[in-house]
Amino acid sequence: MGRFIKGGTVEMYNSPSVKAFAAAVGKKEGDGPLAKHFDYIGEDITFGAGSHGKDSWEKAESVLQQKALSLALRKGDLGENDIDIIFAGDLLNQCVASGYAARDYEIPFIGLYGACSTMAESLALAAVFIENGLGGNAAAMTSSHYCTAERQFRFPVNYGSHRTPTSQWTATAAGCAIVTPRMPESPPPYIYSVTFGRVKDYGIKDANNMGAAMAGAAYATISTHLTNTGKTIDDFDYIVTGDLGLVGSEVMYDLFDKDRINIKKKHKDCGLMLYDLETQDVHAGGSGCGCGAGVLCGYFMREISAGKLKNILFTATGALMSPTILQQGESIPGIAHAIHIGNG
Amino acid sequence: MNITNKEYGEITKRRSPNTKAGLSFTKAFLFGGAICVVGEAFLNLYTHLGFTRIDSGTLTSMTLIFIAAILTGLKLYDKMSKHGGAGTLVPITGFANAVVAPALEYKTEGYILGVGAKMFTIAGPVIVYGIAASALYGILYYIMR
Repeated sequence: MGRFIKGGTVEMYNSPSVKAFAAAVGKKEGDGPLAKHFDYIGEDITFGAGSHGKDSWEKAESVLQQKALSLALRKGDLGENDIDIIFAGDLLNQCVASGYAARDYEIPFIGLYGACSTMAESLALAAVFIENGLGGNAAAMTSSHYCTAERQFRFPVNYGSHRTPTSQWTATAAGCAIVTPRMPESPPPYIYSVTFGRVKDYGIKDANNMGAAMAGAAYATISTHLTNTGKTIDDFDYIVTGDLGLVGSEVMYDLFDKDRINIKKKHKDCGLMLYDLETQDVHAGGSGCGCGAGVLCGYFMREISAGKLKNILFTATGALMSPTILQQGESIPGIAHAIHIGNG
Repeated sequence: MNITNKEYGEITKRRSPNTKAGLSFTKAFLFGGAICVVGEAFLNLYTHLGFTRIDSGTLTSMTLIFIAAILTGLKLYDKMSKHGGAGTLVPITGFANAVVAPALEYKTEGYILGVGAKMFTIAGPVIVYGIAASALYGILYYIMR
């Protein structure tokens, strides 16, 4: 059984194993520096779902999420009946990408919303679920799609809006990880502890500067996790954030500087790893649930599995932003959840 | 560590790069100017073909709107405005793009509640306040004439 420490941290005595993981991405992401780590790169942004007439971008995102799930099942040599529960979420209203992705499977489904923090949220819940003996295999998955996010949060894709330098590019990507109880023969990655973050709002109102809106939450959750587990940043190879981007990362460094912690030397941001910032025109970096999910399930899990990395603190961050509420004059709250993943 | 929203805002401001104004203004001027040159060329063409000055102006607007709509459909207009900024937004072509882009995008939700209802999500405010302002101007003109 996991031990709940005050402040949202759960320590796992049995450190559940991530039995299988897969990342499915779009073409732009497949043209990026991490290309060789992905299990699937779709040449067509509609992923065979089509985008005209009856078919839609939302459908394309569901197809992408199904791709990640089916690849993870295949890699883990699992059938859909082996999965006891799915924790899944995405950026869309009513979590439609996930709900419609799960429609084709006979697997109990829990839909989540944590904006871009959803990969950490779903994986943390899956780990807690398994740690407490509630099932044999729990899947955690999320996705985002550039076109669905654009039309819901900003403008139609073909509208000629001008992006600011602080804006980020929503990744077309999905990731799926299957968590299972750790047996003596279970291979890494293992999950040692998780911290569920609190909602933090520092009054940022600029929807084109999500990184800044989330940096405070990342700082708070990482600090809380370190305090509650008695660890320091030196216990990790990397402190990985989901999609702070250029601006959010810098803001987070400044916050840690006040505590005299030089987190910069240990920090990696999935949003800054997914694309080539020089040539791929993503301004301040990538974002979206799929950004953290794709880089975690594509790159970091593999590196940990292969023993190249020993410990990471994966902290996906989310901006809990709604265009409606923003128009009502409210600011953007941020959230972050942290997971200690390693191979020891 | 506790931090106030004000301090946080200052850090954010310091770390957020601004748009490169000089480059943006230059590009906007060139793109906007180029669109106007094209418009001017059509105006001369229609006048040359024997249309009155007023008809030529109307035909020029229609032509520019038509071209912008086609470019939006071909997914070229947004690529252009990435560089053009206000230069592609302010002329009548930007308005055409603002109507055609949602019309295409929301086709998936049907012709009534999709295309019909969402077509003016971006251009709507311009039309509403444009008409309101012109009505106001008309009243003022009537009184002060």
